[in-house]
Order: sequence, then structure tokens, then C-alpha cells
Amino acid sequence: MSTIDWTQHLIILPILLPLVAGALLIPLNETRHSLKFGINLASTLGVLALAVTLLVLVDREHWPDGIGVYLAANWAAPFGIALMVDRLAALMLVLTALIALAALIFSMQRWSRIGVHYHSLFQFLLTGLNGAFLTNDLFNLFVFFEVMLAASYGLVLHGYNVHRIRAGMQYIVINLVASFLFLIGVALIYASTGTLNLADLGTRVGELHPDKLLFLKMGVTILTLAFLTKSAMWPLGFWLPGIYSSASPAVAAMLVLMTKVGVYAVLRLCTSVFSPEAAAGAGFGLEALLIGGLLTIAFGAIGMLASEDGARMAAYGAIVSSGTLLTVIGFGNPALLTVGLYYLLGSTLATSAFMLVIELVERIRSPGFALLAVTMEAFAIEDKPEEPVGVGIPGTLAFLGLAFAGCALIISGMPPLSGFVAKYGKSHAMLGMTPDAAPVPPFA
Amino acid sequence: MEAIIAIAIGVLFGSGTWLILRPRTFQVITGLLLMSYGVNLFIFVMGRLWLDSPPVTLEPGFDPTQMADPLPQALVLTAIVIGFATTALYLVMMIGARGLTGTDHVDGEESDS
Repeated sequence: MSTIDWTQHLIILPILLPLVAGALLIPLNETRHSLKFGINLASTLGVLALAVTLLVLVDREHWPDGIGVYLAANWAAPFGIALMVDRLAALMLVLTALIALAALIFSMQRWSRIGVHYHSLFQFLLTGLNGAFLTNDLFNLFVFFEVMLAASYGLVLHGYNVHRIRAGMQYIVINLVASFLFLIGVALIYASTGTLNLADLGTRVGELHPDKLLFLKMGVTILTLAFLTKSAMWPLGFWLPGIYSSASPAVAAMLVLMTKVGVYAVLRLCTSVFSPEAAAGAGFGLEALLIGGLLTIAFGAIGMLASEDGARMAAYGAIVSSGTLLTVIGFGNPALLTVGLYYLLGSTLATSAFMLVIELVERIRSPGFALLAVTMEAFAIEDKPEEPVGVGIPGTLAFLGLAFAGCALIISGMPPLSGFVAKYGKSHAMLGMTPDAAPVPPFA
Repeated sequence: MEAIIAIAIGVLFGSGTWLILRPRTFQVITGLLLMSYGVNLFIFVMGRLWLDSPPVTLEPGFDPTQMADPLPQALVLTAIVIGFATTALYLVMMIGARGLTGTDHVDGEESDS
């Protein structure tokens, strides 16, 4: 039995740590709020540290080809479940941990106290997200998707009111049906290729009998439908604005991340199953993604113009962002995809931050909102209005205004912030594209 | 046998689809249950239909080609557990919604028609 390098175990820790922390939080009494928050914060910081470590290890090519593989129970690759970390996965882990940290700190005073088991559910959501980014097995991906979704059902309903129940009922049904599609897709893929390991799948596609290839394509299409429902591609994304605007803001910030899990899964599937090496099916379905992505952008933009309420606007912003990413994947051009991933980072952070800022802005705008507040002391605004700064704008307002402007600039892609760089890069890559550009290579 | 199973899955899935498009939460949850039965059967038969062949055996020298594929059976077990849990969760939501909104319509309010 060969000994395994200890760094190998770092790969599974981003899944285990939140799982254990979440389980520890369950028996703790709800009145011990600071303790619960402390454990949650410590675990989230731990996940962030792990994610950064993994990113550094992968980036320095600590493992061969910069891909770290963890074999669960040391089963050989196609038989057991393998976890895999490459640059993209590590980057998504860092993004998840950052947004989770922000959402958690945001919810410390008020939102985490309006219901029970917020902290446990939050940690389970992290478990599911990290697992979905790290796994290299389709069925395992389904399991982590369900962990993530089950936690998100609880979080969406957190602070139980009529709006959330109403939106939550539709959200759960949509996701259950999407899960059924997921299972059918996985079953078809297994029936046609005899494997569920993504890397193994990529090598087997080339040798498939044409009849089986047809089956595989059907399976992948159905599976992708499930992912596209999560990433809210038109016409599968009508559920999104309602649920995002009725969930509590800290949760909505995490939900923004969940649409990106759908995009990530589509990208993984496209690049590993129908990679250029698999000549038989290379580039399959990209056209549908391209057209669907463009329609999604249009739908999101129209929705954004038409919405009056801030949270709804941010929700449509998330749709535009997923639409852009799907379009970028649909082009199937490596240079464009690189810029697309840069855009993914910026736009996800900006949309999540937008969700949080909007709620603070709404607190100032409508005093009636205060009646709904469970804890009045949570209103940082209330004890600060008599501190004017500069030309008589209160510091809080100035900060909120700047934060709002910053998010808006990134989302709309204006200079000097990162949105502009992404937009410029995308236009540049698109203009430089030859009509018969090579399909996407697999990620390293 | 294949045809019977295929028709059974089709009927389950078809009725499920019709039911989840109905306006009452009870119809929706029944539809979800039927669909999940259909999906579970579907996964199960994706390992091909076998008669009298064990998925796992301790008997030495047993010809592996005579064994049923154990993986879809493991998958379907996981899928059943997860499907059951999420359906139970939906049931709780349904009761909560009925209590808070006073109606069992999926939109939380009666439509005008």
C-alpha cells in the first residue's frame, strides 16, 4: 500500500469541513447566537484558506499537469468516485468561499436570527457547492446538487413568510423536475457508455458505436436541460426572479452563485465529453447554447428594464450574466472562453454584492420596511444620520452610493472596473475569431 | 418484457407530467411521486433487464457476464432516498402554504377564472 502525499487530502477537505461544522451546529441551542456564528465564520474562513491553498498548489503544478485527483477509499479511477481539482475548480472554490464569507458577515446581525438552523443550512449549502465543483463523477455530481438544493430550499424559506412560501413552492417543484431530468440523463449516459466518470467518458466517446453515440447525445441533452434550468437559460429561467427577490438578501447572494454551478456543469460536460479528441461528437450542442444564451441575455435585459424593485433587478442581472456565459461557451472558442471565465468572476461577485447593497438601500428608502424588521438595532442607519461628511452626505449613504455605483459599473461593463476589461476582452476575442474556429480544448 | 416496462414508464411519466401542471398542490405532489417512480424504473432498466442473475456473489469462478449490472441498482437506491426526502420536504411546504395562504392553489391564491 503506497502512502499518499498529505496534500492529496486537501482536495476532500473543502467538502468535509463545512459538513462537519454544519452537523456540529445542529445540537447547539439557537439562543447561543454568537457561538453559532463564530463556528460558522471559522469554518467558512477555513474553506477560504483551503480553497486558496488548492489554487496555489494547482497553479504551481504541484500535481502532474496541474490536476489534483483524490480517489475516494483509494479505488482505481473508473470504479471508485474520483474528486478532481484543476485551476477552474480551484478558482470556483475561492469564489464560493469569498461570497459565502461576505453573505455570512452580512447576515450576522439580523438575517441569521429570523429563523432556526440558518448556520447549519449555510454550511450544508457550502458542502454541496464545493462538492459540485470538485467531483469528477456524474452521479456524485447529482448527490452534491441535491445536498446544495436541499440546503437552499431551507435557506430560501428561512424567515418563513407568505412570499417566501409561495416562491419556494414553485422553486422546489422546478428543481425536483430538473433533478428527474438529471437522473434520466445520467441513466442514458451510463447505458450508452458504461461509465459515469467524466474523464473516462471523454476517452470512451471516440470508440462508441454510432447507435450508442445517439443514445449518449440524448442523455447529454437531457442532462444539460437540468443544468440549464439551474443556470436559468431562456425559456427555463422564469422561476428565477421570483425566488431571488423574495429570499432574504444574504441567501439571494448565495443563490446567484448557484446559477453559476449550472454554467460550470455545462462547461465541464461540453469540454470533457465532446472534446475535440472525440471526433465523433465534437462541438455537439454548442449552437443551441449560443442561441439560448443570446435569448437569455435579451430576456434578462428586458426584465431588468421592466422591474421596479431592486432585488428583482439584481435577479435579472444574474440571468444576463448566465446568458452571457452560456453564449461564450456556445462559441466554443478557447480564447473567448478564457475571457468568459474572467467575466464570470467579476459578474458573480458584482451581482452578489448588488443583492446585499440593494437591501441596505431599500432600508433607507422606505421607512415602512422597518415595521417588518425583527431586530431594530440591526439598522446601522438609525444611529448614524447625524454624522454628515464632506458636502453634507452622511457617510453611510456615501458608502452605499459608491458601492451601488461600483456594482452597476461592473454589471454594465463600464470603465474603469473589471466589467469593462471583460467586455473589451470578449469583443476582442470575438472580432479575432475565424469562422471555422477550433472547438474548445479540455481544461488543464 | 421490455415493451411492458417501457409502456409502464411512459404511463407513469405521462400522468406525472400532466399532474404537475395542475393547479392544486396535492395534484402536483402526486405528479412528482409518479414521475419519480417512472425515473427510478428508468434508471433500473438502464442496466438491462436480467432474470435470475445476482448482482453480487461470493461464489468463486462465477462468470461475470452472467451477473446483473450492480451499478444501476446502487444508483436507483440513492435516487429513491433523495427523491423521498425532497418529496417529504415538499409535503411540509404544502402544509405550511395551506396554513399561511388559506388555499391549496400553487400560486398561493385562487385564480380569477
